[in-house]
Amino acid sequence: MRRPWLSLVAATAALLVFAAPTLACGGLIGPNGAVNLLRTTTFAGYHDGVEHYVTSFEFAGGGGAFGSITPLPGIPTDVVRGGDWTLQRLILETNPPEAAFRLSVGAESAAADGEAEVILETTIDALDITILRGGGDEVGLWARNHGFRLPPDAPEVLDFYADRSPIFMAAAFDADAAAERGQAVGDGTPVHLTIPTDNPWVPLHILGLGKADGELVEADVYLLTDERPAMLPNAGAFAESAGLILDHSAPATDGLLADLRSDAGMEWVPAEAWLTKVVVDTTAGELTYDLAIDASGAGAPSPIDAGFAPFGPDPVPRAPVALYLLLAAAVVIAVPLLLERGRTRTPGGPPLAGA
Amino acid sequence: MGRIGLVVAVLVVGMAATACVASPRTVTITIHYSGFDPTELAVPRGVPVTFVLVNEDPIDHEWLIGDEAFHEAHRTGTHAIHGDVPTEVTVPALATVETTITFDQPGPLAYVCHLPGHEAYGMVGVLTVDG
Repeated sequence: MRRPWLSLVAATAALLVFAAPTLACGGLIGPNGAVNLLRTTTFAGYHDGVEHYVTSFEFAGGGGAFGSITPLPGIPTDVVRGGDWTLQRLILETNPPEAAFRLSVGAESAAADGEAEVILETTIDALDITILRGGGDEVGLWARNHGFRLPPDAPEVLDFYADRSPIFMAAAFDADAAAERGQAVGDGTPVHLTIPTDNPWVPLHILGLGKADGELVEADVYLLTDERPAMLPNAGAFAESAGLILDHSAPATDGLLADLRSDAGMEWVPAEAWLTKVVVDTTAGELTYDLAIDASGAGAPSPIDAGFAPFGPDPVPRAPVALYLLLAAAVVIAVPLLLERGRTRTPGGPPLAGA
Repeated sequence: MGRIGLVVAVLVVGMAATACVASPRTVTITIHYSGFDPTELAVPRGVPVTFVLVNEDPIDHEWLIGDEAFHEAHRTGTHAIHGDVPTEVTVPALATVETTITFDQPGPLAYVCHLPGHEAYGMVGVLTVDG
């Protein structure tokens, strides 16, 4: 588990991922003809070498089965139903109340031929969750053989992640079962994964799975770390990130930490921590990277975890304004120097070459 | 000389007959990351061509070849599986499928995967039937 932390991503992103197994030409489209992707919210807490990843699968109505696949930084030691208010409380912490109100919302088995190995299986409400270990082809084949209809970019995206971490979470959501359980549209099923790892990592590239290059990707990522984290791309830094907005970065308040700690499975929340909120607001074609995090305080997030090296996409594009500023700065510095140099040379300066 | 002449004549006629029988050709098309390779092909008219379709992806694909009207019909089609018609083939994940087609008319044709989103993603190739 060289890879740090966590990942986040998931679930929501997941919406994107797969669709009803009964639809021959399904892709990302469900039995009712459409999948509405809502803004996703994910929480990645990191303390004492353990990542706590909490995400929510929201029931958006309709019927049939939908699913998602999320890359993970390591093998979870536990996958349970998340607390009831962790995500909502985080939103409340960083959003005005009005906005917050609107937003609130087994055992290992041998792998079949060519399929990924099943490490863990569990059911949470109407969600069937499977933790898989394998390469991109193996995970893709497992998903295909279990009713997930992967979009055409899935083979490349799965390889993008499997080359770095062979652990994935597949979540199949049965909307019919959710309706039978009395879940109403907008009800979410939180899932909490506990993942020992040595540094955080949040998959973002997969949020564009199944989307056209120009389609918008929106997500909120909350980080709770012992130290102020260093990130790559450096969200919020002027001209150093594209599509990532540092929406909140401050010591977590005592009230927030107490509220989080009182939720189910959140007793691990420390007495002091740093809260970061990163808003993803870009297009699928631009979101070619992940969010690497160094929570140790050393300030060295991994380019590999970000997907920049040794393989992966080109570095995140820098805003042209940065280049203009550099040129302007060069002019501001160079002009006075040249003028000064010319003034001192005028009468008594050395002869020009060839003079 | 008469007997030799007869043998020569038989050989010449035999060779000519052989030349008139079109020998089948084999073309391999690889599918990787939801893309065809190659994306441009040329085959002669009237010759059986065997297409070996190698799917390296862990997801299913289709290989359907025809003119624009053919593809327009399939863009809104509902066939879950293809295979009964040589020009309409489903290639399962990580599998290899062969199909043999004799093109009787010259002209350009396209081969496309019509699973949702695949054509837009770029799963398109062009085959030219030489006259």
